[in-house]
Amino acid sequence: MLKVVDRALQGDRISLAKLITLVENDPVEARKVISAINSLTGKAHIIGLTGPTGAGKSSLINGLISELRNRKKSIGVIAIDPTSPFSGGAFLGDRIRMPIASLDKGVFIRSMGSRGRLGGLSRAASDVIKLFDACGKDIVLVETAGAGQSDVEISKMADTVMVMTTPEGGDDIQIAKAGIMEIGDIFIVNKADCGDADSRVYEIRMMVHSLPKRDISWEPEVIKTMALNNIGLNDLCNIIENHYKFLKETNLLFEKRKMRKRSELLDTFKEIAVECVVHRMNEKQRFDLLIEKVMNNELDIYSAVNQLISVLQGNQW
Amino acid sequence: MNEGGKIRVLLAKPGLDGHDRGVKVVALALRNAGMEVIYLGRHKTPKEIVEAAIQEDVNVIGLSNLSGSYKELFPKVARLLKKNGVENVRVIGGGIILDDDIAALEKLGMKIFPIGSRTDEIIEYIRKCVRDQGAS
Repeated sequence: MLKVVDRALQGDRISLAKLITLVENDPVEARKVISAINSLTGKAHIIGLTGPTGAGKSSLINGLISELRNRKKSIGVIAIDPTSPFSGGAFLGDRIRMPIASLDKGVFIRSMGSRGRLGGLSRAASDVIKLFDACGKDIVLVETAGAGQSDVEISKMADTVMVMTTPEGGDDIQIAKAGIMEIGDIFIVNKADCGDADSRVYEIRMMVHSLPKRDISWEPEVIKTMALNNIGLNDLCNIIENHYKFLKETNLLFEKRKMRKRSELLDTFKEIAVECVVHRMNEKQRFDLLIEKVMNNELDIYSAVNQLISVLQGNQW
Repeated sequence: MNEGGKIRVLLAKPGLDGHDRGVKVVALALRNAGMEVIYLGRHKTPKEIVEAAIQEDVNVIGLSNLSGSYKELFPKVARLLKKNGVENVRVIGGGIILDDDIAALEKLGMKIFPIGSRTDEIIEYIRKCVRDQGAS
């Protein structure tokens, strides 16, 4: 495995692709891979793009790739689409919108199924960001699966969050709703030639002005684009660069990443702790026994959890 | 490397051919069979297809062609895979493929599912390929 890591770090695309598969499929191997590359991470600018299905996220990324390549940036793209909760399969149809870079060695696009994770992300997304980062990509673009009002997970993963909407995505009441409309550093009104885009921009600006200032003084930008015609993308790129500069100059980048590490640490701890306890309990078929006790009201749920914690601590009970 | 994971399939239409009804039926059938399908769409060059297959680390590439240009394009994909050092990726083809050509293409190591093939045959074949890949 370490040989594959070395080859990927030296720029071998087949090895990088294999590593992504490995971290997606095998959580135990993933930990080894991440620990091997960890010291090389932290350099890439991580940009998230979210918004409802059909808004034009993938097409916008296609245009962004071209702008960013003009600016000599190397790019990794993670394009997430939903995994079926019924069959476990997925139709990954983002890459089809990104033909611009199909032969460009400076761009690596990977399509991922959400594989049970909510919030428009996939379980392995944060590990794949690290792989791209370690392999020297200047920019990692994460496109979420089509997102709804409560899908704010991307804001825990990206330095710059872009929220996309369209002129026909509802009125100012929709914009006033909490959740996804609160996480954008940049709001994009795509398909600006359809419907009343100016009103939509105005409504988003009104809402943005009402937000308490979280990021010292970054005022979320609102921009109109027509991704398919490459209109507005140069301006969008400038805004993205300004935001990154702002984050660095105000030390907010450090603060954001510290928050991110905090939640990542807790999430990963939860995942591994649960795995560890269930594994130890299953060895002696104790998990079913515990559930039975809870079912029979011999134990309340909190006392049962206390027993799980003592298993985690390695104590007998 | 994909053992324990999901089967990943890249579907694409090489060359000047707009007939994509069939390949979309196959895409949905594979999705419903629990596979991850990356659909690359129409008018792709063999180079683009192979590069996408590399980045997506797929087990199988499915090529669809109904315009007669498969004779040139399918083998080109297979050659480019080899040239780029991609191992363990099976190429399957579908569409309007003449009987004589099926034999020639299969001689090159591909498997052909001409029009009239059943989706469950394709699913079963892909599953078997991936089992064999895992064993090798």
